Amino acid sequence: MPDDETDHAAPDGGTPDTATLLKRNPLQLIAIGVVLAATAGAFAYTGGFLTPQRLSPNHFVDAMQTAAGGPHEGFRRAHAKGICVAGHFVGTLQGRALSSAAVFASGQPVSVSGRLAESAPDPFAKDSSEAVRSMALRLQPAGAPEWRMAINDTPGLHVSTPQAFYDNVVASTPDPATGKPDPAKMQAFLAQHPETVAFLARMKARVLASGFATDSYNSVDGFIFVAPNGARRLVRWTMQAEEPFATLPAAERAAKPANYMFDDLLARVAKGPIKWRMIATLAQPGDPNRAAEVWPANRTHVDMGELTIDHVESEATGNCQDINFDPLTLPPGVAPSDDPIPFARSAVYSVSFRRRTEEAKAPSAVANKSAGARS
Amino acid sequence: MIRPAHRFPLLSRLLHWTMAVLVLAMLFIGIGMVSTVSSRYAQLVAIHKSIGIVILVLVAIRLINRLLNPPPPLPADLPWWQVVAAKASHWVLYLLMFALPLVGWAMLSAAGAPIVVFGAVHLPPILPHDVAMFAVLRAAHTVLALLLFATFLAHLGAALFHALIRRDEVLPSMV
Repeated sequence: MPDDETDHAAPDGGTPDTATLLKRNPLQLIAIGVVLAATAGAFAYTGGFLTPQRLSPNHFVDAMQTAAGGPHEGFRRAHAKGICVAGHFVGTLQGRALSSAAVFASGQPVSVSGRLAESAPDPFAKDSSEAVRSMALRLQPAGAPEWRMAINDTPGLHVSTPQAFYDNVVASTPDPATGKPDPAKMQAFLAQHPETVAFLARMKARVLASGFATDSYNSVDGFIFVAPNGARRLVRWTMQAEEPFATLPAAERAAKPANYMFDDLLARVAKGPIKWRMIATLAQPGDPNRAAEVWPANRTHVDMGELTIDHVESEATGNCQDINFDPLTLPPGVAPSDDPIPFARSAVYSVSFRRRTEEAKAPSAVANKSAGARS
Repeated sequence: MIRPAHRFPLLSRLLHWTMAVLVLAMLFIGIGMVSTVSSRYAQLVAIHKSIGIVILVLVAIRLINRLLNPPPPLPADLPWWQVVAAKASHWVLYLLMFALPLVGWAMLSAAGAPIVVFGAVHLPPILPHDVAMFAVLRAAHTVLALLLFATFLAHLGAALFHALIRRDEVLPSMV
């Protein structure tokens, strides 16, 4: 054994062998153990392993999967049923004055791709449900940083904090015994969250648009627009449909085929582009930057530009299916605000993206379809 | 403290301690950012990417420096298995300091995500948009990071063993 050569206690006063050294220095050995254990402990604590109650993005996605009756492998954990869209955006002079983002800078068309979807976690849900509809976009000005957004057709969000969002998911989770959410749990949640009660009242009062093209989509969260002169404004924005508003009575909706909203969208784009105006709402000092609270109706609105969608196609490898529409992918000229929701969305989307990319995915409900010529 | 007969050159020591701080910070920021939904999340991710690219540049400089300025010899009476462990763990550390930033950069490329460092510098993708590749690289990033943390602990424990128990020239040669 080579260590017989080197590991002996040295008779001439040199370094003794390792076992002898360790025996002679018990306090030093303990000190080293303490330093290593403390470092490993601090690492575990930072990663949340010692505080399982602390809200992590994995907790969120786990809870959402449980509420949905298990994961739908390969699909987004929310807004699972969708279709890819493409087109362009042209910014206005007023938009340019409010934000130095490249999408407003030139007044030239900026390439846009994105996704229209329903919020249900089931990628094969029937369109007749009253699911929230969403528009996710990537605005990619040539030679400048891109802007991603994920916006909803709801009047704000049902909660204002990540914790409340999580608690709401837990309260809506079906009881394994009955297969239905426990009404007492939801009552308890609502008793704690008047902002959710108010949101649900607004949802009940709204008239549901007939489909994706006639619907308008709101940023939900507050963001900061940074003007070319450095001025910062808290804003929300809406992609406001230029299509004349239309609605469908519930009975008519229920009689429609499972994918009627997607079929309607394909048919509509086959006839020509669909357009939305991007309208920013400027907050006044004191307006609550909380996603569940609406701002007074008399706030200044600024027409930031026009979005044109002229192409729709089914989800497939390499298109919108494989994009994480992280709402914090912001260009210079747009910045996060102190609204806490986008940070949690960014973290949770990242986990959802990671999980679905590790899984095999079945074809989407609306597969192998497209309409409209790419501009 | 023993005045070391062989000391690392100043550049080697500067690189070592700068990177020690950055790598340790990086490991804590990394594990912290993936476990939070707080408003610190975006800032942590931004810092993580920036430090990552700094580490990649520094480790390249450091490797060249190491080849030009070889480290002083280990104590002559160090048992053979500790010599092997010391040399192997140093090469593992070098390998991981290269691999983690590169895997991080490659995984963001494969995700089709913009790669922004220092708030404004956009790095080009080093892989095409391919989410199956992203899934593999994202998992590898975690495994390699945990391996780096484990190797760092071994390195720290060995440094303290040399300093407090063997009381040899190893730690003084690096300070």
